[in-house]
This record gives sequence, structure tokens and C-alpha cells, in this order.
Amino acid sequence: MAETHEGAHEAPHEVHRHPAPTGFIRKYIFSLDHKVIGIQYIMLALAAVIVGMLMSLLMRLKLSWPDHKWAILAWLFPTGAPDGLMNPEFYLSLVTMHGTIMVFFVLTTAPQGGFGNYFLPIQIGAEDMAFPVLNMMSFWVTFVGFIAILLAIFVEGNHALGEWFGATLGTSFAGGSGTVGPIGGWTGYAPLSSVGKIAGPGQGAGMNLWVISIAIFCIGSLLGALNFITTLLNMRTKGMSLMRMPLTCWAWFTTAVLALLSFPVLLGGGILLLLDRIAATSFFTPAGLYFTGVLSGTSPNFPLHTGGSPILWQHLFWFFGHPEVYIAILPGMGATSHILATFARKPVFGYRAMVFAIFAIGLLGFFVWGHHMFISGMSPYSAIAFSILTLSIGVPSAVKTFNWIGTLWGARIRFTTAMLFAIGFVSLFVAGGITGLILGQSSLDLPMHDTYIVPAHFHLVMGVASIFGMFAATYFWFPKMFGRLMNERIGRIHFWVTFLGVYAIFMPMHVMGLQGMPRRYSQFTEYHFLDTLHPLVIFVSVSAIITIAVQFLFYFNVFWSMFKGEKAGENPWEATTLEWNTTSPPPHDNFAGVLPTVYHGPYEFAVPGAPRDYVMQSEVDVEVPSGDGHNGHKH
Amino acid sequence: MMATMVTSTKTTRQTSPGGGPKIPGPNGNGSKRHDGLPSPDSHANRYRIGMWVGLASVAMMFTSLSSAYIVRSASSNDWIALPMPRVLLASTALILSSSATLEVARRKLKAALSGPYSQWLLVTVVLGIAFLGLQLVAWRQLARQGIYLASNPHSSFFYLMTGAHAVHLIGGLLGLTFVWLRSRRHEIESAGMAKRKAATDAVTIYWHFMDALWIYLFLLLFLWR
Repeated sequence: MAETHEGAHEAPHEVHRHPAPTGFIRKYIFSLDHKVIGIQYIMLALAAVIVGMLMSLLMRLKLSWPDHKWAILAWLFPTGAPDGLMNPEFYLSLVTMHGTIMVFFVLTTAPQGGFGNYFLPIQIGAEDMAFPVLNMMSFWVTFVGFIAILLAIFVEGNHALGEWFGATLGTSFAGGSGTVGPIGGWTGYAPLSSVGKIAGPGQGAGMNLWVISIAIFCIGSLLGALNFITTLLNMRTKGMSLMRMPLTCWAWFTTAVLALLSFPVLLGGGILLLLDRIAATSFFTPAGLYFTGVLSGTSPNFPLHTGGSPILWQHLFWFFGHPEVYIAILPGMGATSHILATFARKPVFGYRAMVFAIFAIGLLGFFVWGHHMFISGMSPYSAIAFSILTLSIGVPSAVKTFNWIGTLWGARIRFTTAMLFAIGFVSLFVAGGITGLILGQSSLDLPMHDTYIVPAHFHLVMGVASIFGMFAATYFWFPKMFGRLMNERIGRIHFWVTFLGVYAIFMPMHVMGLQGMPRRYSQFTEYHFLDTLHPLVIFVSVSAIITIAVQFLFYFNVFWSMFKGEKAGENPWEATTLEWNTTSPPPHDNFAGVLPTVYHGPYEFAVPGAPRDYVMQSEVDVEVPSGDGHNGHKH
Repeated sequence: MMATMVTSTKTTRQTSPGGGPKIPGPNGNGSKRHDGLPSPDSHANRYRIGMWVGLASVAMMFTSLSSAYIVRSASSNDWIALPMPRVLLASTALILSSSATLEVARRKLKAALSGPYSQWLLVTVVLGIAFLGLQLVAWRQLARQGIYLASNPHSSFFYLMTGAHAVHLIGGLLGLTFVWLRSRRHEIESAGMAKRKAATDAVTIYWHFMDALWIYLFLLLFLWR
């Protein structure tokens, strides 16, 4: 035990290593406080999600009314939409930037960097993250990455800016192509992405910046992941054994491990890709390429490339890319488990199984990347191996789903907005996950690959479900973060329209996919076998417009409630974990000088014989029956 | 009703914080004192933990580059193996000896000999800089033979991997220099000493890792080609 060899003569310790800052810049901009950094991450995600969302709106306009001339588009994007008709390059760059911004700067920042940063230290009873300076750096590095991705759009789209950029950083750093934004999808497949400006529209300096932005983002995420893991291992308060941690902490920890091991692979791949683009190496670029009338090696604009392997990029990308989808969803799973238990007033059903399921999902997530590459010419034997591993993720996923249902079973549920969104998460996770079992089989994936069923699947399960997890987290933790409750009436409207809206958007896409409608096409006017689907396309777009409009209610609710919301006490939801043990919002060092000691498991609801229907983790002298693992005792 | 199904009805009295007879583990659980304040050891430990965690990510990046190297070496016939610059043998010897001197420095710290500790650190820094210098010589030699980054895949990987290693090594040198500068400060407080030991441990772990990484890269680049 650590206590035994401590000298009696040691110097007194302050609980908080860095004193509370007073100036505005140290307090709100370059803050070392994990709570401020968490809110910064959430604000970054709230800004990024608007950009990504409006891009999806533009895509829907093009898909459903391909021949309509939008005057506003002509005015806003003279190169991308001359006379108001969006050209295919503009559409493709929207696909690229929507995916990149949403996956990296929304789904990776808010769940982990945002809520994880804010609540992991409080929930384990720590006064801050293990490395506050690193924490601050991780946010600001991520922020620079976001600026770089926005800059990529303008550098690529604006000839003058692109040329200036190319001229400043050397001729190999090609200038902009005049298209609106880089083109390549969020996956940036080589060799289109690996040869530079000669490959056509969207492949100039903006594409370089796209790669650089992702590399910067990787570094920011790595710093964050390192901090999360060390904090969780080193800074749990007395009595906070591993099996007494809230499931949120398990989820954030597993997510951090995934980020720690997968982002470096993308970073390595990104460096190789950038070198192919600007230094004429041939890691991913095969020999004998012929682009826009020029053969590789015959022009100074198109240096000689020999024998690179485009499939290698796919392997490196998806080795990162698949864990990335779990990086997006696991924190939502943690928040959902946490919130379901709180409002069902029951312990999480099968806490231990939930912990192992999180870990199993994380571990298996590293061995299934090949299921994104079934049509890449992969050997059928590897495809079978990847298929079996992919389908086996269904087992821990089902464990989680049934345990969520078990938690809800027979409960007297309090239907707060947070609870509604948590239940919505379970619904979307099931609805989106079930198609994963279909797409994960190589024989079924072959015809369905690159049709609309793929976007339908991943938007439901990793996009919207993760976002629902974050909505639930926002409604749930808002009173702790800002000391005021969010408006429940607006919240309920927000939930129901969003919940029905996302199903209205993504369910029809399954039908389109099964009919063979290819993804990433800007219009289908020449594909007459798809004509009958057009009303469905319009239905999806209208649903999307309504759903997007309702999100502004959420924004309004957040910012209005910050100042005008009903005052929340310390523990408005009658919850059990340590964050509800301190004031709302918590003081700079979280627990006002004295760290709490933990005596109970995280979800002690409906405890027989207890004075209230819940027992907080830090409550002393309350008898708690030994549960099936959920409080971690052995008898 | 449901709750009684989930939890068993057996009740137990909480006897000690931490629950039950289990002795709390060293990290987090139990590493805080009874007054709820973190112990200096726990604070210092996070540098060691953080370093190992960080090295896991560094290892993953070099794993990704190595897998790319192996796949690329078999994917086409444009692979021309580099002649090994002989100077790399000397740089290998340098980095190996720098690990040894750093280990000596760490032992001196353990024995509370702060003078020799500081001197051996300085020797390590010098050896590290000399290693980087020899790497530069190796690159210049190859460039003089007309072998550049884009000449062929093996040279691309050679420059990339040795370059990435050098960048990481510069980070290690900065860490060593920091520890060396701190070593010249007089430290009497026990918390300060614990912190110094932890910082030295962290830098040492990193430096040994960079040493091993170099050996690995050297073998990969010149045996697998």
C-alpha cells in the first residue's frame, strides 16, 4: 500500500497543482482547467457541426432538385455553382468536407474531448487531468487542425489564394484548382489523392492542407488520449476501484486506448500520402498513371511515379478508420448506460458484462478494417476472416443492447429529455447496427458496396446514434456545467422531431441502396432505372430540411438556458456519481479542496432499506446489498 | 421489484473505505492518503505512466511505417536496395553508448550523487547530438551518390524512417537537456526529489526506447531489403 512508506516530514500539498487563474485569457482561452477545455471542445464541435450540417443541406438541394437554379448559390459560390447550378466537383467537395469535418471535428471532439474532458476527472474524483498543459495543447492543436481544414476549402477554391499558397511553400506544393474545396471523400483514396494538382479538380493545395489538417488532428487526439489514460490509471480517488467506475469512464478510457493505437497509423499513412503529393515519392502512386492528358514522368508537373500500392493506403486508412467509428460511438454508449440507469432508477443491468462488452468491441474493432475493402480485390479467404470477425462484434453489441433493455425493464422511468435521447440512442444503435450484420458479410457487401445502404448504415449507427448520445449527455450534464437546467419543453420538441426526422432521412436510403442507387453521385437524371426513386429522394431532403431547422431550437435552448434557465441544485437528477457531489458548476479544483472517498458502486438505485431510492458513491454508513458485480465486492 | 432481481438480497456492512477485505491496488485506488490528498509518489508516477502510454503511440506509428515498408517492398519490382552508409555503424555505437551513460546517470541519482548524475547526463546529451550529426553525415553521403528521397522506394523509406526517428530523438534531447538543467539546481525537498526521479525515469524510458527503435529500424532497413 502506498500509504505505508510515506514520510511524516513531507511538505504539505495543495490539492490543485495550478491555482485558479484570474485573467480572462488564462481563464477562458488558454485555460489549464479540464472543465474549460471540455467546454472549448464542445464549442468547437458545435461550430463544426453547423458547417458540416449546412454542407449536407446543400447536397440534398442538388440531389432532389438537380435542375433548379438557386440564385443564392450563384451568389455564394460563383465557381462551384455558376448560374446557381451546382457542378459535380462542388458536390464531391461537399461530400469530402462534410465527412471529414463531421467525423474528425464533431464525432471525435465532442464525445471524447468535450464531455470526457469535463467529466472523467470529476467522476473518478480527481482535481484535474494528469497533464493540464498537455490537455490545453491537445485542444489548441485540434483547433489549428480545424482552421487548416477550413483553409483547405478556400485555398482550393480560390485561384489567387491557392497560387499564393503554392508560391509561398514551393512549387511542389501545388496551387488551388479553382474548385470549391478538396475532393477525395473523407477516405482520400489514392492514387486520386496522391499525385497532386495534375489529377484534376480538387487536388491542389487544398488537398495538401486536408492531409496536413488530419495529421495535426491526429497529434491533438494523441495528446488527449495519453492524458485520459494516465488520468484514469493514476488519479482515481480513494475507494474508486476499477469496478466502481461509472460506465462513462470505462467508455472514455477504451476510446482513449483506441485513439492512442489507431491515430498514429493514420498519421504514418498521412505522412506517406503527403510525401507522394509534394516530394514525388511512390508509396501509394502506381506506375504509368495518365492524368488530364499527361503521362507520369513526361512533364515537370507530373513527376515519375513507379510501382506504389494504392491498396496500401486503404489498409493504413481503414486500420485507423474502423477503430475511429468506435471512437465516435463508445462515449455515447457510456453516456447512454449512465443516463438510462439514472432515469430508470435502477442499477445498470449487468455492469460487469457492460465493461467487458466495451472492451470486446474496442479490441475486435482493430481486426475488422478489411470489411471496408471487400471490393478492393482482396482474397476471398481474407474476406471470410474479416467477415467472421466483423459479425462477432455483434455479440458484445447485443450484450450491451440487451443490458440496456434489461435496465429499462419494469422500471418506473422518468422521461426527461436526456432519457428520451438515451432511449433514442438505443433505438438508432439497433436500427443502424442491424445493417452492419448485412454489410459485414463479404458476399452481401459486394453488390451493396458504394450504394446508399452504406451511408444509411453508418449515418444511423455512428453518426446519428453518437449525436444522440451527445444530445443526451448535453441535456443530462448541462445543469452541472452551467448551473442551470435546459428547457424541457423545447427539449421534448427537439427530441421528437429529430428522432422521427432522422428515421425519415435514413430509412428510405436503405431502399435506395437496395435498388442500386450509387452514393457520391451528384445527380441521377441520366440513370432512368432510378427515376421511380426520385419522390423518395425529395422526401429525404424535406425531412432533412425540417430536422436541420429543429437543431437551431437546440442551439437556442443551449445558449438561452445558460443565462435564463431554471437554477439547478447540486444534484437535480438524484444521480449517484461523484460529479453530483459538488456544486454546479464545480469549483476550479472540482471538490473545493477535499477529494471525496468512494464507498459504493456507481449505480446504486432502488437500494432496499436505504433512506432514499439512491445511494451516492461517496455516502458513508449506508448498507448496500452486494450486487452482481455492480459494486465490485466479493463475498 | 426488479431491483431485487438484479441485486441479491445478501447484505453486508461496509467495514472499510474501499469495500471489503481487498487491499487497494497501487494506482488510483488506494494511492491517495486518508485525508484525500494525493501522495507525492502518485503525482510522480504519472510521468512514468504517461511516458509508457505515449511510447505505445510512437510504437504504433513506426509499426504503420514498417508494415507499409514490408508491403511496398513486395508490391513492385522498382525496389533498389541502398548501399549501407558505413557511418551508420558508428552512429549505432554512439546511441548504444548514450543509453549506457544515461543508465549510469540514473543510478547516480538513485545513489543521491547529484554531481556525477548531472555530468553523466551531459555526456548523454553530447552523445545524442553526435548521433544526430552522424545521421546527417549518412544522409549527405547518400545525397552525394545521387540517392534522394524520391529516387526509389527503399531510399524513400530510408530517409523517412531515419528522419522520423531523428525528430523523435530531438524530442528526447530536449527532455534530456531539461532534466540536465534541472539537475544543476539544488533540491532538498522530498517531493522535489520524487519529481526529479520520475522525470529522469520518464526521459530514460524514452531514450532507451529511441535506442531500441534505432536498432530495429537499422535491422529492418538493411536486412529486409
